Amino acid sequence: MSTDTKGYLDMDLLRFTTAGSVDDGKSTLIGRLLYDCKSIFEDQWEAVEQSSKQRGDENVNLALLTDGLRSEREQGITIDVAYRYFATPKRKFIIADTPGHIQYTRNMVTGASTANLAIILIDARNGVIEQTCRHSFIASLLQIQHIVVCINKMDLVDWSEDRFNELVEQYKEFASRLDVPHIDFIPISALLGDNVVDRSKNMDWYKGSPLLYTLETVYIGNEHNHVDARFPVQWVIRPHSDEYHDFRGYAGRVAGGVFKPGDEITVLPSGFQSRIKGVHDIGGALEEAYAPMSVSLTLEDEIDISRGDMIVKQNNPPESSQQIEAMLVWFSSDASLVERGRYTIRHTTNEAKCLLKEMKYKVDINTLHKIEDDREVRLNDIARVSLQTSAPIHFDRYRRNRATGSFVLVDEQSNNTVAAGMIVG
Amino acid sequence: MSEQKGYQLTHLQQLEAESIFIMREVAAQFGKPALLFSGGKDSIVMVRLAQKAFWPAKLPFPLVHVDTGHNFDETIQFRDDLANDVGGDLVVASVQEEIDAGRAKEETGPNPSRNRLQIPALLNAIEKNQYDACLGGARRDEEKARAKERFFSHRNSFGEWDPKNQRPELWNLFNGKMDFGEHFRIFPLSNWTEMDVWQYIKLEDIPLPSIYFSHEREFVRRNGVLLGKCEHITLLDGEQWESGNVRCRTVGDMTCTGMVESVANNVDDIIEEVAAARQTERGGRADDKRSETAMEDRKKEGYF
Repeated sequence: MSTDTKGYLDMDLLRFTTAGSVDDGKSTLIGRLLYDCKSIFEDQWEAVEQSSKQRGDENVNLALLTDGLRSEREQGITIDVAYRYFATPKRKFIIADTPGHIQYTRNMVTGASTANLAIILIDARNGVIEQTCRHSFIASLLQIQHIVVCINKMDLVDWSEDRFNELVEQYKEFASRLDVPHIDFIPISALLGDNVVDRSKNMDWYKGSPLLYTLETVYIGNEHNHVDARFPVQWVIRPHSDEYHDFRGYAGRVAGGVFKPGDEITVLPSGFQSRIKGVHDIGGALEEAYAPMSVSLTLEDEIDISRGDMIVKQNNPPESSQQIEAMLVWFSSDASLVERGRYTIRHTTNEAKCLLKEMKYKVDINTLHKIEDDREVRLNDIARVSLQTSAPIHFDRYRRNRATGSFVLVDEQSNNTVAAGMIVG
Repeated sequence: MSEQKGYQLTHLQQLEAESIFIMREVAAQFGKPALLFSGGKDSIVMVRLAQKAFWPAKLPFPLVHVDTGHNFDETIQFRDDLANDVGGDLVVASVQEEIDAGRAKEETGPNPSRNRLQIPALLNAIEKNQYDACLGGARRDEEKARAKERFFSHRNSFGEWDPKNQRPELWNLFNGKMDFGEHFRIFPLSNWTEMDVWQYIKLEDIPLPSIYFSHEREFVRRNGVLLGKCEHITLLDGEQWESGNVRCRTVGDMTCTGMVESVANNVDDIIEEVAAARQTERGGRADDKRSETAMEDRKKEGYF
């Protein structure tokens, strides 16, 4: 944890995801990062030590740090996304730690949806296996820009450079089919700490950085779209006070681009045009706002705007349509996706009814092959679909903007979130 | 807030933007939300974030305080002043009233905790006022059961939490739909750590109750925890009141809030102390020490 009380004003934030099962060393790796960055406290450590003893574990079981729910501790598995936090003087980190088995695809997708980076673990003895492919595909599908492939348990293959190179080639061959711009490879031993925080003394041949240094320095300035101005209106602020009698602020979080006073804007879906009068936070007027800032905008003209509307720049509108093509991840164990099924779609701050017009194919997430003969979309399935909405949705493709290209489907009977979608067109 | 680099926000700016977004979602998605205010530093930060979210309008929800009757006097005074300052409505749910009405039963023993008794008081306040969303200052880094809590946490009509059946939360999309009689607990500070909260308090120059800062007080050492002297605590054999410089890391009841020996009397010193701390802040909470899954068990019943 940072002891530099001045530096924290400049720290940025990296969210990363890890996925894996108990035996591939994921928990050990996270435990190692937390422990070496002094983010495990004495009382946590004592509690885990004691529980490990009670369970009859030989060593301190680091998985118990993340597996907090009673049923998880009883069954010795992670069943949900666990969020963990640590910081170095350079960055604050949020880990979304998810189980790696295929029945937890939805948890992996959830963890990946807000991540800047994914750590993929490969056991140096086993090489690229089904689970490696699955995690990588999910990272690619969710448009995570960086993957760090940690080849773990190097101590068990005699710290062999040849074996490392062989596995790098194996992974690269598979990854050529993915859509991930940056992939790094690091040989590590999570158990012994080699190349996790400190450089390994056992692998002089590796000239790259240890994992923590990579996490601290990876470039994340391009995570948000700063080109296409998008402002989904969340809430309208009307103070009704004497001092701010005429104040009408449109509150929201910038989903893309930059907004400045004087900008000419259009409000969707009405098409009304106006100019930005002010960009506000509590302190008063700001010079500009960009993603992911939460601000409020005031306009020169009094026009009718409410939650769900989107403020955009006049010369650069998003696509507006009632027909959406998307990749869908199905989340519900109670119900399968049905063609002609009706759901509520939540997209930005907007909501509409929607009809599932067509299920085109499913994707085998281990091989990336299309499945066209099995038509039923069940829990954890990923499918390409066409949706029809009751009102136009103002979107960008997910590849271009995660905030305006994503949506969830809500079942109207159970109120549950049953699917997550990424718009492809 | 501080200087930005290009179009890049610092970690505190990102956390602030996320929390403000959540608060506005709550105002927009729910009919009658409330902010649960404990008087602790996290709920004080919540009030600041709410002011930012809705400026220049007043808060669109009341502050609800579950008063156990075992609170530090400083907390109560601070609560009243703050509510007054922000011009928000203050609703007090009293544990004593629940006890008097026979809906809750006082624990016995040397430090009878009213911690669990907050559950009926809170649930009754929710039912009576028909709150459909309660904003709380809980953070995921506080406790292992909270590490899996959602921002929007669904509660059934008995106020229960079902950790195995939580709604997935992706991107910025939060689903607050529910049936009549159910409600949500909302945790805008989910991604903040203790350190983040202190850094934000410093950055925003947020006033805190005096018990967070070093002061001289009589206390007793019990199970490795320092408990401040008050009428609700009885000394056991071999125990004695000591005196020294202490401060609170969290603020709850006098019967369960452990203090730490400290001379930190300003926010900078506290940040230094938090950075060097080898115990979690809830390490001093006797209520968490009752069993390994004490927090999860209380949360399932409707605790914060």
